[in-house]
Amino acid sequence: MLIIKNLHAQVEGKQILKGLNLTVNAGEVHAIMGPNGAGKSSLASVLAGRENYEVTEGEVIFEGKDLLEMNPETRAREGVFLAFQYPIEIPGVSNINFLKTALGEIRAYRNLPALDAKEFLQLSREKQKLVEFDAKLVNRSLNEGFSGGEKKRNEIFQLAMLEPSLSILDETDSGLDIDALRIVSKGVNKLRSEKNAFIIITHYQRLLEYIVPDFVHVLYDGRIVKSGTKELALELEEKGYDWLKEKESATV
Amino acid sequence: MANDNEIIDNIANKEYEFGFVTDIEMDVAPAGLNEDTIRYISAKKNEPEWLLEWRLKGLQSFGKQKLPEWQNFELPAIDFQKISYYAAPKSKKKYDSLDQVDPELLATFEKLGIPLNEQKALAGVAVDVVFDSVSVATTYKEKLKELGIIFCSFGEAVREHPELVKKYVGSVVPHSDNIFAALNAAAFSDGSFVYIPKGVRCPMELSTYFRINTENTGQFERTLIIADEGSYVSYLEGCTAPMRDENQLHAAVVELIALENAEIKYSTVQNWYPGDKDGKGGIYNFVTKRGICKGANSKISWTQVETGSAITWKYPSVILQGDNTTGEFYSVAVTKNKQIADTGTKMYHIGKNSRSRIISKGISAGQGQNSYRGLVQIGSKADDARNFTQCDSLLIGDRCGAHTFPYIESKNNTAMVEHEATTSKIGEDQIFYLNQRGIDSEKAVALIINGYAKEVLNQLPMEFAVEAQKLLSITLEGSVG
Ligand SMILES: Nc1ncnc2c1ncn2[C@@H]1O[C@H](COP(=O)(O)OP(=O)(O)OP(=O)(O)O)[C@@H](O)[C@H]1O
Ligand SMILES: [Mg+2]
Repeated sequence: MLIIKNLHAQVEGKQILKGLNLTVNAGEVHAIMGPNGAGKSSLASVLAGRENYEVTEGEVIFEGKDLLEMNPETRAREGVFLAFQYPIEIPGVSNINFLKTALGEIRAYRNLPALDAKEFLQLSREKQKLVEFDAKLVNRSLNEGFSGGEKKRNEIFQLAMLEPSLSILDETDSGLDIDALRIVSKGVNKLRSEKNAFIIITHYQRLLEYIVPDFVHVLYDGRIVKSGTKELALELEEKGYDWLKEKESATV
Repeated sequence: MANDNEIIDNIANKEYEFGFVTDIEMDVAPAGLNEDTIRYISAKKNEPEWLLEWRLKGLQSFGKQKLPEWQNFELPAIDFQKISYYAAPKSKKKYDSLDQVDPELLATFEKLGIPLNEQKALAGVAVDVVFDSVSVATTYKEKLKELGIIFCSFGEAVREHPELVKKYVGSVVPHSDNIFAALNAAAFSDGSFVYIPKGVRCPMELSTYFRINTENTGQFERTLIIADEGSYVSYLEGCTAPMRDENQLHAAVVELIALENAEIKYSTVQNWYPGDKDGKGGIYNFVTKRGICKGANSKISWTQVETGSAITWKYPSVILQGDNTTGEFYSVAVTKNKQIADTGTKMYHIGKNSRSRIISKGISAGQGQNSYRGLVQIGSKADDARNFTQCDSLLIGDRCGAHTFPYIESKNNTAMVEHEATTSKIGEDQIFYLNQRGIDSEKAVALIINGYAKEVLNQLPMEFAVEAQKLLSITLEGSVG
């Protein structure tokens, strides 16, 4: 589904990604861990097409197409979804109208007929239930005045509504209370299928107990320096990142 | 980086959608403002002596007034002697139905999407179209007549209901009020007149579309709306104008009178030619709008969506004379390129327990300048008067400006006046967030703008709210990534 080869990217003239390789197949869940400032959110931003990141080398192939050629909205319509580390507030734009617009654009791109009001509401109710999203938040302005946890849960609600093939969750777990973490994980697990894939960026092994990943990668200094299975997360929890940093500098 | 600047440049390059000129023979008065011109206009309209005299008083006032100097923008020099003060389509026939109307004129309206057609009629809109100066078509008149509602051109009101016109014209905006009001009093061309009898609730939105067409003709509309005791009316004024190189002056006057327990809702969607991206051309929109809540428990509500004109300069105001009266002002003003909007309201609290509410939303893009200027005045007898003012500015890019000038004068210490103000920017982050959900930048800006202006748009009658939303989107279109 996603093939990242030798990806180099910079922001404001600063090199952040320095030759990153990653392959994600349909049906897989990949966890990405790594110290603060390693470039995890940057990777998510590059995949989503944020303008201020400049790709200087490498390629990204998404479902056989050159992802880097597409503008952000086309990537979204092709099925790339980013659950933001810091979701943005948009005053006055109701959550539900925003989603209706978004879904409409995505469906139009895929030559699917627009949902009528009734179908849309039905879908929305169904997905609210699936990810246990508070109905009161559905009609409020998009993220405006939402608590940190509510914003994160709204990202997952949107994910459920838009049904992307590749979802990138950037620290969706941080800011969630214990119950919310369980609920969000449950939601993601229900959304997992043979056809879609997840990249889950997290600092905590705890999340990976709920959403069990097929692979765990360590991103350090703009590169994936170690990959393994879920046991790697446990090891990291125990040892931290220093042993990897030493190894890394030894190889340079 | 397709950032704000690029978005703004795209907006700036967006051409005025309604820039076309209708080729119809016009009857134009020689340029210049003097007693002869005024007599010419009055004679053309077969006006009674008292109205001619009132016009001449207006001309005198005009001679004594100077152009204002308190504004925070440079007022271009206006040569009042170069303007022609009267223009009317030459075919002066009255029409009973639309198919008698000049097809080119109809085509013009079609392009503008003016709802003079069956669809809108079905939606319950009675339209009194003012094409330049003379109204050429009126619909729904019969139905309104049954209820005793008078909705006609100002000229017709002068002929048919002189006692009402005589009693109220200039009673809210005197001819000596300001230089543009004086100019209007002297040279007003035509306009609309509404009278709602006691206890009648007008069953439909009354609507007028103004349009400026002839080169170098000033447009001086005069609107007078009287809501008698216990009546209700909602009135919408919408306007667009074709593209012109030379600046055109528009100095309209609107007077509203609400008697006891009456309510008037006046909504404006203003989309006149704003000039090109270098600020060349465009309408000067200097309007005096004022209403008086004369009787107790009456209410006047102004709603405006201002997206056009090179310079917009207007302060729809309410004199809250009766006890327990309410005045409201809801405004969205958009400026882009080199547009200037200096707008706001004045609320004069005279009656006890009078209330006012002001919601102003300014949006500036390009090098647009947007000023809110408001006055809340509480008189010594206005016990327990209340005002709430919310004044927000939204900036797109960093070459535009927003300014607020709130003035409060209170002579009564039982009054409560609240003022809130915010300034925000449409961020790249917001646009990217929406992009990431499959929404292109153009739609994203439209969503954000409409969200921002929602509180005001919600005040508009349903079908016009939709139009206004579209207009806002069109106006600020251009973020194609
Ligand atoms: N706009 C920018 N200008 C300059 N530096 C930037 C910019 N955006 C990101 N960076 C830098 O890029 C590096 C990687 O940041 P990124 O947000 O990708 O880290 P991260 O791995 O997600 O960290 P965290 O775990 O703290 O979320 C950091 O050093 C950060 O300061
Ligand atoms: Mg991060």
